[in-house]
Amino acid sequence: MSAVQAKPLRIVLAKVGLDGHDRGVKVVARALRDAGFEVIYTGLRQTPAMVVEAALQEDAQVIGLSLHSGAHMTLFPAVIEELKKRQAGDITVFGGGIIPDDDIAELKKLGVAEIFTPGAPLEEIVTWLRKRFPDG
Amino acid sequence: MRREDGVETSTISGIPVDPVYTAEATRDLPDELPGEFPYTRGIHKSGYRGRLWTMRQFSGFATARETNARYHYLLKNGQTGLSVAFDMPTLMGQDSDAPTSRGEIGHCGVAIDSLADMETLLDGIPLDKVTTSMTINSPAAILLAMYLVVAEKQGVPWTQVGGTLQNDILKEYIAQKEYIFPPQPSMRLVIDSIEFCAREVPRWNTVSISGYHIREAGSTAAQELAFTLADGFAYVDACLERGMQIDEFAPRLSFFFDAHIDFFEEIAKFRAARRIWARHMRERYGAQNPRSLQLRFHTQTAGVSLTAQQPELNIARTAVEALAAVLGGTQSLHTNAMDEVLALPTDKSARIALRTQQMLAYESGAANTVDPLGGSYFMESLTKRMEEEAEAYFERISEYGGVIRAIEAGFFQKEIADASFRYQTELEHKRRVIVGVNDFVTDDEEPIEILRISPQAEQEQVDRVREVRRKRDQARCTRALESLRKAAQSPDENLMPHIVEAVRAYATEGEIMGTMVDVFGLYTERAII
Repeated sequence: MSAVQAKPLRIVLAKVGLDGHDRGVKVVARALRDAGFEVIYTGLRQTPAMVVEAALQEDAQVIGLSLHSGAHMTLFPAVIEELKKRQAGDITVFGGGIIPDDDIAELKKLGVAEIFTPGAPLEEIVTWLRKRFPDG
Repeated sequence: MRREDGVETSTISGIPVDPVYTAEATRDLPDELPGEFPYTRGIHKSGYRGRLWTMRQFSGFATARETNARYHYLLKNGQTGLSVAFDMPTLMGQDSDAPTSRGEIGHCGVAIDSLADMETLLDGIPLDKVTTSMTINSPAAILLAMYLVVAEKQGVPWTQVGGTLQNDILKEYIAQKEYIFPPQPSMRLVIDSIEFCAREVPRWNTVSISGYHIREAGSTAAQELAFTLADGFAYVDACLERGMQIDEFAPRLSFFFDAHIDFFEEIAKFRAARRIWARHMRERYGAQNPRSLQLRFHTQTAGVSLTAQQPELNIARTAVEALAAVLGGTQSLHTNAMDEVLALPTDKSARIALRTQQMLAYESGAANTVDPLGGSYFMESLTKRMEEEAEAYFERISEYGGVIRAIEAGFFQKEIADASFRYQTELEHKRRVIVGVNDFVTDDEEPIEILRISPQAEQEQVDRVREVRRKRDQARCTRALESLRKAAQSPDENLMPHIVEAVRAYATEGEIMGTMVDVFGLYTERAII
């Protein structure tokens, strides 16, 4: 352990797409906050451009996307594209929602770091973030 | 309180449950019969012996053409009513060619942009014989207008058209979040449609006051009950303020509840809902017509209780939930398919879901006696507890100055977020068990077949709405939208006739909503974690 306390990891959580199902994202937001991360929740109906803008403004290292409408194969890759366009490809993107297994494999190929589906324990998300960002 | 293995003994909503209940619980209980005020035991004397509940499975996907084919298939297989699921752009009042519709078209339901799509959706379906339920809220008035114009074209008088519109905007601000305008103009539009139907479409159920979405957003059973009934009273107050008579519109208000996995608590919730509504309608509002006092409701089993892990187990969960709805006296029921946690249901999973209801109706004996749990020490005690918790919430809501004020203060949203986090924490600590998720897990799961929506449907729909705009009488359309705009600016004018005229002129949903947004503005909420 270094004497200087590392700055906590900053995470932007966003609902992309048109659906308003926010139970999951809100529960995850509280759990990540309680685990010591800094969480910025953008609210509903964010476009990929809005999400990336928020992440850059907030100096976030991680973006968490939530979607339940079935538009994940369009919108998750659009966020990755937008990040590349803004030279921010180093920001880690993970996601959650109603997402079938085959799509998860495809999304990972496109650059989404991890997908958590309904029933994933909150602890699993926290552990995954800690492993990926040991200094955060 | 916990069991010896550490699992909570309270209900899923946290209501303490005693190990045993005695005659003490029913000592002061008046002798009540089904079909009699306050209808705790049901609104019909004969229960399901007179008539079974309606098995109304919600469906819609891709384009109007594909969904129309599914409806004909369902009707041929003995279904008597339709229930339309719309896609997200339709629910949010935007056209398929809007930039933010990309990737969303036809995924959660069918895409409807204009009268042309509604004509295709209902092609060959006789609207004087089939009733239709439409699950839509912010743009509800527009979809109702489209339905009525199709009836007109079929030569069916509006007095013979029957169906249900969800049209419950208050719960959108509370839970589902598919709002567009601010609450006040939204309420005006709801009351406009109630008033219009009372005059012109008397068989139409104008609002389906919904607890389902409140519960799915993470509320407890008592919150679902209390917030839903509070919304109901808010619609009643608004109609009275408009100058309508209580018995003129109240018989056409109906309800929509969730059936969650905690069996007894859910039955108690349904029983309490009927009792509270009847008492308030009679004592507070002076309703005389028994139909104004009788709470009728549709039930859907809890989507939120389904698990992506070992999805076949969802068939058993849904059966338990559906039985609670039946013993609670529901008028109609949708049973979820096992794969709805992954995608829209396949033909096979949708059939299993329907067959589950048929087993309850024809094999289990559950339909043979009315309110079979009436008089049970435990059930009566839980029903009373539900009623008390709801009344306590009504007090708190009135301290805020009513439902709309409480929404603006974030009261409901905070209550629901707290309840949902509490439950999730209990799961994390295994004080609650979900089979296959946090206990009894399996490593070697086989993937199940799921339904895929073809990407061609999206382009097809985009082309179609553009073609409608090209082919219509543009002058008539512009005139109709202009007259709608003027009407929206004058608060005393009922907007329904103007919306109907815009629909007849093939104005698109997005154009009609856009015209009203110009006048009413957009609503945004403060995100509450």
